[in-house]
Amino acid sequence: MSTSDDEMTRAGAPHGTHGPVQKHTAEELRAMTPEERMIAGTEAEDIHIVHRRDRFPIRGTKAEKRAERGVAACFLIAAIAGVAFIVYFCAGSWKWHLPGTAQNFRFYTPILGGLLGALLLFLGVGLVLWAKWLMPEEEVVQERHDFDTTEEDKLMTEATLSVGLADTGLPRRGLILKSLGLAGGALVTVPLVALVGGMIKKPGDQLFHTMFRPNKKMFPKSNGMVPIVFSDWRQVSPDDMEPGAIVTVFPGVRAVDANGFDGLTSASSPTIIIRLRPGQKVSYRKGQAGFAWPPSDPQYIAFSKICTHAGCPASLYEQQTGRLLCPCHQSQFDVLQDAKPVFGPATRSLPQLPLTVLTGEDGRQYFYAKNDYPEAIGPGFWERP
Amino acid sequence: MTATTNPPRRDNKPRTPQGKAAGWFDERLRLAGPMRTQLNKVFPDHWSFMMGEIALYSFVILLLTGTYLTFFFDPSMAETTYHGSYVPMQGIQMSQAYASTLDIAFDVRGGLIIRQIHHWAALLFVAAMLVHMFRVFFTGAFRKPRELNWIIGLNLIMLGIIEGFAGYSLPDDLLSGTGLRIADAIMKSIPVIGSWVSFTVFGGPFPGHVIIGRLYIAHVLLIPGILLALIGAHLALVVRQKHTQFPGPGRTEDTVAGERVFPIYAAKAGGFFFIVFAACAALGGLVQINPVWLFGPYQPSAVSSGSQPDWYMMFLDGSTRLFPSWEIRLWGHTLPPLFWPTVVLPGILVTLAAVYPFIEAKMTKDTLKHHLLQRPRDVPVRTSLGCMAITFYLVLFFSGGNDLIAKTFDISLNAMTWGGRILLLTLPPIAYAVAYRVCLGLQRHDREVLEHGLETGIIKVLPTGEFIEVHQPLGPVDEHGHGQLTYAGAPVPKRMGQLGAASPVKHIRGFFYPVKEKPEIQAAIDEQEAREAAALEPDPSGSVENRTRELTD
Repeated sequence: MSTSDDEMTRAGAPHGTHGPVQKHTAEELRAMTPEERMIAGTEAEDIHIVHRRDRFPIRGTKAEKRAERGVAACFLIAAIAGVAFIVYFCAGSWKWHLPGTAQNFRFYTPILGGLLGALLLFLGVGLVLWAKWLMPEEEVVQERHDFDTTEEDKLMTEATLSVGLADTGLPRRGLILKSLGLAGGALVTVPLVALVGGMIKKPGDQLFHTMFRPNKKMFPKSNGMVPIVFSDWRQVSPDDMEPGAIVTVFPGVRAVDANGFDGLTSASSPTIIIRLRPGQKVSYRKGQAGFAWPPSDPQYIAFSKICTHAGCPASLYEQQTGRLLCPCHQSQFDVLQDAKPVFGPATRSLPQLPLTVLTGEDGRQYFYAKNDYPEAIGPGFWERP
Repeated sequence: MTATTNPPRRDNKPRTPQGKAAGWFDERLRLAGPMRTQLNKVFPDHWSFMMGEIALYSFVILLLTGTYLTFFFDPSMAETTYHGSYVPMQGIQMSQAYASTLDIAFDVRGGLIIRQIHHWAALLFVAAMLVHMFRVFFTGAFRKPRELNWIIGLNLIMLGIIEGFAGYSLPDDLLSGTGLRIADAIMKSIPVIGSWVSFTVFGGPFPGHVIIGRLYIAHVLLIPGILLALIGAHLALVVRQKHTQFPGPGRTEDTVAGERVFPIYAAKAGGFFFIVFAACAALGGLVQINPVWLFGPYQPSAVSSGSQPDWYMMFLDGSTRLFPSWEIRLWGHTLPPLFWPTVVLPGILVTLAAVYPFIEAKMTKDTLKHHLLQRPRDVPVRTSLGCMAITFYLVLFFSGGNDLIAKTFDISLNAMTWGGRILLLTLPPIAYAVAYRVCLGLQRHDREVLEHGLETGIIKVLPTGEFIEVHQPLGPVDEHGHGQLTYAGAPVPKRMGQLGAASPVKHIRGFFYPVKEKPEIQAAIDEQEAREAAALEPDPSGSVENRTRELTD
C-alpha cells in the first residue's frame, strides 16, 4: 500500500525478498540519522517498513493543530473527570437512609461510575486518537521465520537425549527403573492422600435421615415424636391454617446435631404442610395410608419441601390445581396424587411426612411427626435404592 | 518522514539522563538487543482480534478490583446478627460472609461500585473469551501449529466459568446459596462416588460450615493462579508463533503485516485497555448487578422465583430444565436424571471442542502449517458446524430463562419447556443447512464480482432495446470481458465506494468555509499537492488496479 516509490526505497528493501540482512558497523550507524538507525534496527530482524509517512508532512497546518487539540481535549476531560471523581468520592452523601429521608445516596454509585468511566474512556480514546491522528502511518511487514527445526539440530538433540539416557543406565537397569517408578508413584500418591484424605467425610446414613427422626430422650412427653414448628419455633396447630393454605415448617429440635445444625438450619428439614380445600381428595402411595391427618378424612398433608430433582425448595403452590412448582427447573408435583412429579425433570415424588396431632398443655392441638420420612429426601444419589 | 537530523555521533557515551539510565540497565541486563526485538514486533490489525484483548484486559480489571474486595470480605460462615447501615436487614441472622458483603455495599465508601465493576468485568471476561473462541474457530486459527493454544484457551474458558461460579457463590445470599445447593445435587448425581464427593466438598451434609472458605481460597488464589499461568502460556505462544492474519497485501504464510509494538500498537492497545475499563466502570456504577441485599441471607427453606445464575451458567440451567425425567434404578442403586445434563453434556461439549482441530486435520488430510486465516464462507462445513453448535448452545441458554420468557410473553411454562426440547433437536440441523447455503451463496458472489466486475448502478439501453447494467471490472479482462483475477481468500470489494477507499484518503478541507493557512504553510501545501498530482498523473486508474491486484494476488 505504498503511496510513492520514493518512500519504498527510503524505508529499505521491499518485503518479500529474502536477501541477506545487511549488517552495519557501529561507525556506519553513528553516521546515520536516528530514523535511519531505527530502520536499520528493524531490517536487522527482517522487519521491513514498507510504508511510513507523517500524518501531517507539512508542520503547523490548521488540520494538524486541530488534531493535536482534539487529543489534548480528551486528556483534559479525563483529568477533569478524575478531579470530579475525587471531590465527589470524598464529599458525596453515600450512607443508606430510610425512604422518606434524604435519598442523595442513591446517586453516589452511579455518579462515581459515570466519572470513573469518563476518566478512563477519555484517557483511552485520547491514546487511540493520538496514535491514529498524529503518529506516523506505518505499514510494516515482518518475516515469520517459521522454519522447521533443521535436520542437524534434530540429529544432535536426539543424540544428546539418547546418550544422556544411556548414561543414566536406565534402559538396562530394570531394578532401578522399577523401584524409581514405585517411589515416583508414592511421591504422587502421598500428597493426594494427605490433602484429600483430610477432607473426606463419610456420608454414612446421614442422607437417609432428617431431624424428624423420633427421639425419646429429647421428647419423652410425645413418646419421642418430634413437634413441628414454624421458623420462629412456634408449634404448628391445625387451626393456624386456612383451607388451601401452605406453610413451611421444621422439626422442633433446638439442640444442634453433630454437624452443628438445629431443626431450623439443617438443610434437610424444610417441610410443607398443606391444608386441602374442602372436597379435595388425596391418593396414597403404597404403605403410606394414614400419613395425612386426620387419617379418616385427610385435610392436612405434609411433604418434604426439598425438590427431588436438584434440591431447591419446591415452594410455589397452586391452590386450584393442587400443584407444587419448583422455581429452579420447573418440576411440578401433584399434591393430590402423593406429590408425584407431573412435569419437568424431576423423577420422584416428594417424600411424605407422617402427621399426627397431640393436645398440648394449653388445650390446643399441635402437629407432630409420627415418624421420620420413609425415604431419603432431596435429590437422588447412587446409594439410594 | 519524521526525520530529525542530529549531528553524527562521535562516541558511544550516553549524554541524556534517560540515555544514562538505559545504559545503566543495559550494562547489567544486556537489554538492547532483545528489547529492540520486542519493540519492533509487528502486530496485525483486525477488529476481530480485539476479542482476546478484551478478555485479557477484563482479567486485569478483575485482579485489581478483586484484590480490593479481599480487604473487606470475610469468608466465614459463622452466624452473626447484622447491625450495619442497611436498616431492612438489621437484627437478621446471617453468615459473616453475607454481612461483610452488605458492609462492602453500605458501609465502605465506594465499596459498592468496586464490587459491581468486579461482577461486570467477570461477565465480560467469560463473554469475551467465548466470542474470541468463536473468532478463532470460524477463521481456522486453531489449525496447525496452534492446536496447543486452542486447548489452553479452552481450559481458560472452563476455569473462567468455574472461577465465576465460585465468585458469585461467596456472598452466601439466597440466590447463590440456591446455586450451591444445585451444585451439591449435581455432585450427588455422580455414580458410585457422588455422595462422598458432596460430603467431602462441603465437609459434611450440605451446606456445612466450610464451603465459603474453600470457595474463597479457590477463587482468590488457586484458580486465578492457574488462570494467570495459562494466560501467560497463551500469550507466550502467540509471541512465539506470531499472530495469524487474513490474507492481503504483504500478508502471506511467511510474513506478518501490521504495526510495530512501539509506539503505535502500544498506544492503541493501551488506549483500548482504558476503554474496556471505562465500559466496566460505567456499568459498575450505572447498572445495578447482583443486589444481594434484596435477596436476603441463604436459608435452605427459601427460594425466589425467576432465580437465574450468571449468564455463563445459564446453558447448564437450560439443559437441566429441558432434560426429560429419566432416572435409572438398577440393583438397588439410583442414577439421577441430573447426571446427564450437568455432568455428561458439558463433558461431551468440552471434549468435542478439544479434539475438533485434530478431527478436522484428519478429515481434510491437512498436515500443513497455516498462518493465514480463512474467511468463514470459504470453509462451509466448519462454519456450518460452528453455527450448529452455537444454535444448540443458544437454545440451552434461553431455556435457562424460560420461566422469565414465559412470564414476559404470557406463554405456558410447560409449552416453553417442550418448545425448548423440540428446538434443541431441530434447530441445529436447520442452522447447519442455512449456514451452508449462505456460505455457498457468498462464495459464488465473490466469484461473480471477480469475473464480471462491480455493479455500478448505471443502466444502459442497448440499440436493440435491451437494458444492461454496466459492470466495472476489478482488473484486466479477456476477450469476452471476463475478469482474469482468481480468488485468494481476501475480501473482494462489492461496492464502488470500497474501491475508492483504496486510494489515498484526502481530507475534505474547509467543508463549511475555506481554510486559510499562513502563506508559508499554504505554499508548502500547494507544492506537496502538485507533487502528489504529478505522481498520480501517468495512469489515473493505476492505483485502483494495483490495489485490486494486491488484494487478490
